[in-house]
Amino acid sequence: MRRLVVLFLALAAVAATPARAADPLVADLSKHLVAITTGFAGTDVLLFGAVDGEGEVVVVVRGPSKTEIIRRKDRQAGIWINSGSAQVEAAPSFYRVASTQPLTEIAPVAVLDRHQIGLNHLDLTISTSDSGADSATYRDALMRLKQKKGLYGEKVEQIGFMSHRLFRTELHFPANVPVGTYLVEVYLMQGGDVVSAQTTPLVISKIGVGADVFDFAHQQAAAYGLIAIALAAAAGWLAAVAFKK
Amino acid sequence: MQIYLPIAEMSVNVFLILGLGGGVGFMSGLFGVGGGFLMTPLLIFLGIPPAVSVGTEAAQIVASSVSGVLAHWRRGNVDLKMGLILTMGGFVGSFGGVELFKWLRSQGQVDLVIALCYVIFLGIVGGLMFVESVQSLVKSKRMAEAGGRKKLHQHTWIHGLPFKVRFRRSKLYISAVLPLGLGVLVGVLAAIMGVGGGFIMVPAMIYLLGMPTSVVVGTSLFQIIFVTANSTFLHATRNFTVDIVLALLLLLGGVIGAQIGARMSVRLKGEQLRVLLAVIVLVVCAKLGIDLVTTPDDMFSLGAGGKH
Repeated sequence: MRRLVVLFLALAAVAATPARAADPLVADLSKHLVAITTGFAGTDVLLFGAVDGEGEVVVVVRGPSKTEIIRRKDRQAGIWINSGSAQVEAAPSFYRVASTQPLTEIAPVAVLDRHQIGLNHLDLTISTSDSGADSATYRDALMRLKQKKGLYGEKVEQIGFMSHRLFRTELHFPANVPVGTYLVEVYLMQGGDVVSAQTTPLVISKIGVGADVFDFAHQQAAAYGLIAIALAAAAGWLAAVAFKK
Repeated sequence: MQIYLPIAEMSVNVFLILGLGGGVGFMSGLFGVGGGFLMTPLLIFLGIPPAVSVGTEAAQIVASSVSGVLAHWRRGNVDLKMGLILTMGGFVGSFGGVELFKWLRSQGQVDLVIALCYVIFLGIVGGLMFVESVQSLVKSKRMAEAGGRKKLHQHTWIHGLPFKVRFRRSKLYISAVLPLGLGVLVGVLAAIMGVGGGFIMVPAMIYLLGMPTSVVVGTSLFQIIFVTANSTFLHATRNFTVDIVLALLLLLGGVIGAQIGARMSVRLKGEQLRVLLAVIVLVVCAKLGIDLVTTPDDMFSLGAGGKH
């Protein structure tokens, strides 16, 4: 198995706390590549690790950021029509938090905000010109819609401790998970602050026929279109011939 | 068994899609319609993005029309000249339709326009078909007492239009502007609604152009092949929304269903079939109409966002 290829983050918070023994926190994933193949129906990735000494562990999984557009429907002439919209810059396409304790018991709001731990602490820039709803409403809508698609965690998931030193949690990725490079951040919290942190990348990528089809359709769109037509016409002709009495 | 659709970027149950293809194929075999007007809304109900549903369904209609036209071609029931003029109009229409679709998508209004088109056109066609087929059911029961010969068609302002062309197979001498315009209109609708447009084309050919019913279906299928092939190509190159895996699954179910349906249709009377079809069309129309006016569960929706 591949050894730990991990990236240690020097965080401002760490500098503020007294220096500790090396590696108070180690963590790794059961796999660093999730392949979306033709039969892909979601997957679980095991995150495991160990802490040196006391503390609580928080895990944040963040998908690649992208601009999201949220639209708001309004009744016009009896019909529900998209009437307003907001643009959210750099919203994580996927976001989940797991923790050994409820977040509010682990750290004060300022710390959660600084590290963007928890849906309420995500730093999102929302711009809208809609007079019918403010950006806070759009923010709630984004959270709700993403949760409905299974892309944002509904709640903070539980991390289990074994013998106070080892921890593990299953990270679930649904079938509609966006592709890209994910960051799995593991924080060790003590006395309301981050004492150690580690970031592990996780690549989610389309592999195999599905990926080839997607790439071909986008890069050679004309050829793809012609092949689609040819296949359809051939299938139709075959069917007519095969079932001819 | 789940299968991942590469363009829709979601996984679906293989048997559900095969069953859907089979069910709609059965209907299209039974009624002799393309079935696009049923398939596209059903795909959207299943959660396939509307843009992908429309683009993919265009590809599937190419297949079912090729399959359907061959029998008509052998019997000589295709008016080639008429078909080509309709196709020319249809090409222009589908270019315009796909561009319109792309623009509506960026405005976040594509779902609404698709639904509105469905409600309006299915409502009109379904309503007319229902009234007409019920009338003829009643009439056929009265055993056609008055057998007075009907004129082939009425002469109206339509026959005063310029660029008259003789269509031998259709026994018509009318302006080429009419089929050309009809082709454009149906081409736009086909591109936006993800249908072949047969349900508009066929009545328009009979009542507007005055074509004999024997050549209507074959000619309509003939032009649908080329127009939907064009919109498939345009959706693939302009919107990247043709999912070939989804199309093949639908096709597989569709061809089998269509054959069973075609065999069943022999046992039913024409008028009964038309009443049944009218009812189905109206049910789809009502469902989409109700969705437009009922308060949605969530006022907000995630738009087709930009890329990373």
